[in-house]
Amino acid sequence: MSSAADIVERLKAGERAAVARLISWAENGDPRFGGALGALFERVGRGRRTGITGPPGAGKSTLTNEFTGLSRAAGRTVGILAVDPSSPFSGGALLGDRIRMEERTSDSGVFIRSMASRGSHGGLARAAIDACDVMDAFGFEELLVETVGVGQAEFDVMEAVDTVVVVLCPGAGDGIQAMKAGLLEVADVLVVNKADVAGAERLLTDLEDAVSLRRRAEGAWEPPVVACAAGRGEGVTGVWEAVERHRAWLAVDGHLEARRARLRLAQVRGAVAEGLDGRLWRSGGLDERARALLAAGETPYDVAAELLSAVSAGSVEPEEVSGS
Amino acid sequence: MSANTDAVTPVDTRALWGEAMAAARLREASFTTLSGDELQAVYGPADVELDSERDLGWPGQFPFTRGVHASMYRGRLWTMRQFAGFGTARQTNERFKFLLDHGQTGLSVAFDFPTLMGYDSDDAIAAGEVGQVGVAIASLADMETLMDGIPMGEVSTSMTINGPASILLAFYIAAAQKQGVDPSAIRGTLQNDILKEYQAQHAWLVAPEPALRMITDMMAWCSAHAPQWNTISISGYHIREAGSTAAQELAFTLANGMEYVRRGVAAGLDVDAFAPRLSFFFDSHLDFFEEIAKFRAARRIWARKMRYEFGASDPRSWMCRFHTQTAGVSLTAQQPENNIVRTAFEALAAVLGGTQSLHTNSMDETLALPTEKSVKIALRTQQIIAEETEVPHVADPLAGSYFVEAQTARLEAEAEATFAEIESRGGVVPCIEAGYFQREIHRSAYAYQRAVEAGEKRVVGINCYTEEEPDGPPIEVHRIDPRVGEEQTDGLAALRARRDDAAVGRALDAVREACRGTDNLLERFVQAAHAYCPLGEISAVLREEFGHFKEPQIL
Amino acid sequence: MTERKIRVLVGKPGLDGHDRGAKTVATVLRDHGMEVIYTGLHQTPEMIAEVAAQEDVDVVGLSILSGAHMALFPRVKSELAARGMGEVLLVGGGIIPPEDAEALEAQGYARLFGPGSPTEEIAEWIEARMSERLAGEGGRA
Repeated sequence: MSSAADIVERLKAGERAAVARLISWAENGDPRFGGALGALFERVGRGRRTGITGPPGAGKSTLTNEFTGLSRAAGRTVGILAVDPSSPFSGGALLGDRIRMEERTSDSGVFIRSMASRGSHGGLARAAIDACDVMDAFGFEELLVETVGVGQAEFDVMEAVDTVVVVLCPGAGDGIQAMKAGLLEVADVLVVNKADVAGAERLLTDLEDAVSLRRRAEGAWEPPVVACAAGRGEGVTGVWEAVERHRAWLAVDGHLEARRARLRLAQVRGAVAEGLDGRLWRSGGLDERARALLAAGETPYDVAAELLSAVSAGSVEPEEVSGS
Repeated sequence: MSANTDAVTPVDTRALWGEAMAAARLREASFTTLSGDELQAVYGPADVELDSERDLGWPGQFPFTRGVHASMYRGRLWTMRQFAGFGTARQTNERFKFLLDHGQTGLSVAFDFPTLMGYDSDDAIAAGEVGQVGVAIASLADMETLMDGIPMGEVSTSMTINGPASILLAFYIAAAQKQGVDPSAIRGTLQNDILKEYQAQHAWLVAPEPALRMITDMMAWCSAHAPQWNTISISGYHIREAGSTAAQELAFTLANGMEYVRRGVAAGLDVDAFAPRLSFFFDSHLDFFEEIAKFRAARRIWARKMRYEFGASDPRSWMCRFHTQTAGVSLTAQQPENNIVRTAFEALAAVLGGTQSLHTNSMDETLALPTEKSVKIALRTQQIIAEETEVPHVADPLAGSYFVEAQTARLEAEAEATFAEIESRGGVVPCIEAGYFQREIHRSAYAYQRAVEAGEKRVVGINCYTEEEPDGPPIEVHRIDPRVGEEQTDGLAALRARRDDAAVGRALDAVREACRGTDNLLERFVQAAHAYCPLGEISAVLREEFGHFKEPQIL
Repeated sequence: MTERKIRVLVGKPGLDGHDRGAKTVATVLRDHGMEVIYTGLHQTPEMIAEVAAQEDVDVVGLSILSGAHMALFPRVKSELAARGMGEVLLVGGGIIPPEDAEALEAQGYARLFGPGSPTEEIAEWIEARMSERLAGEGGRA
């Protein structure tokens, strides 16, 4: 069992297993994580964070792999976080994104970590930010976060990044679907993948129309719509250039600082919410009170109101979570 | 007679049966096929909609439901073809001679994984695998040793290889030429079914499109120069072993077969010039009647497709001729002698289903390569069916059985639905790229495993009638001499030292040029074989020129 | 995001492509609430160990039907150790003669499950070993 100081030293010494272990701590809500990240925090902030999201089958892993190839060709190291949903039934997960990026396993300039969503509210976004911070602290220059855009939890993962690339393709979830799913709202770059397939042209036009119709504040970023066929390596450079343009936009007028502030706030909220959740519920105190009140015939909302006011008044003294 | 007057009064026996069944107490068991489909307790005339002339025909007659030969096994028994190969070419050559001496009538070569994947025995990735599950053949020199003393103009040889199949055929052709045998005289079958590799077995060399081009080049070359060679053995075996149901095995295999035909036609070949050299390879599993029905359905579907959809006019193009192997996955490591019995039932189903050749598995194959003794028992199993059961005297003896005909029709209907599904997803290659087959097979495999573990499907020695395992290995295990790898590596080093490097370079350049252009690739491989280019060097050129295929993510 | 999950790598080293067992086991372990990283086919021992390190897995499960088990298990084990992953539980299955399985287990390379082993048994073995281990670590690793 290693201490936070230990793992920090190992990470600073360039040991990749330390990166992996720290990410596990972040995922598991291990109380040692906060201290470790604190000791590394001055090293965080140099990596450029790009998210890749979209419906299943749109080609996210392939695009992520292509981005990795471009970055490596430019001599930049890459840290990848691949997020997949957990099974709502068993809580387990099958994480197979690495298969698409297999040739990167033997490249010491690339680090890939698979993360299951674990179905928690807000916790996933916090863990994704933490994982990026760890990879960033290690010194990976390009941080790529890939996640399927299906549910709110996966969606929130995009809090972790500076630039969000939304990948769509003809057939698998059309433009209308994407708009309904709110994907357009988060997109900084819109990609029509599989541009060689029938229907791509139409999707491209639909997306361009949707973007131009959206009301935007003065000076706000207008997401470009770019086509590619990532499976054949065609047009990927164009997509990456669009990402670079967004970064250039971020670099001026404090845009990046605003994003990062939002990210840090999300991290704090996540940590606080999880901490409170654990303290209030897992230590058992509130649970028992709620049961008792319900058994006494009170309605759920009356019980909730009562507990909330008790918490605000400080009359709930949650036990310390053991070990923290 | 007069006392039995009740017999003339019409009685609704079906209704009476129904009442009796409703009242009967049934065993606690799941009455389903091996694939989990519900079965009726009995089948009758109402369950079969059959026009015997249209749907069955007679043996050797369209649509061949009853068999591809008029005389069936009265003319010639099925070929007893035991798959063999291990260690070095020299060791396998000895096993071949042993089998031929014991009455086996055809050879069947199993290759080791490095050969199957197109790597030379001295490649780092081959470490530990050389000669392990089959024979290592790295060049023409190894092929010459493998066939040493075996007259290549007389024997029929089946080679189970796919990704680099064209290269191994080139070695075989070159070895025959060195024996003074013209390619027109060689007989045998190459598995060469690359589509099912992507779907189930996973030993491919390059991406699907260039792989299919190698196959059409071979079909063109063989129809001109080696007309007795069966170019593709379209294989359901591996699909089934990977976990599919009987219905999926049937449908996926025939869909692949139709894809090869489409490719041949698109390459400008006359369908009747190559279709007669296509053959099939199926699994024979333990669900006795479903398997027999599967074989019958395969013949009927193929005949109808070839005649009506592809316009073939040569009856040989309509015939689904097939090899069968008993189901390796049905064998258990527990109480391994029981496997002899399982294999016997499966072999009998294959014979009742009208197979052209048969491999019976040995009882010890879940543990390691079979020993000589267990291989002999497996072969004897076939001989007992042939000589003692009197089964081979009558063609398609189960035709007209309500149950078997109903199963045959059900499997045909399921196959048609699957063909439509594949079509709606863009065809066989797009389905491979999207992982459709792989996902379907995985689902079936998983469902079966759950059924066994839940006790719904019973397996003797696994979830019923289990015994404490005796200490130590229950049966003798065949071991590969670990020095095989060294021997192969040394052989290759010697070959590289004595060959003409300039000739090798020229031959590989010609292969590269053919990849980029339209020269027949098999022709170039034969030239490269004669120059003693090793398999790995030729494969490397193909990988460079054609790119590789990444397994789709299906989990 | 505060629950400790068992993380397992399921992979196929070597050249054999028979992935039925590997995929089935991967799915069963997922159904037991584990997080399973499936690496796919044709992996070298170095690739498997590197993935295990990056993913910080607790367990590595290998399926080998090519006869190369005596070469591959020791190589995977030493590659894991070289990456500071010597503690990882190594489990395996495939076509492995009983005396080879005994030899590999006796030398501490891996826990091997022979053909016909219920997948539930594999899942339960992992759960039992992991709960011992986590108890020893005060509930976390």
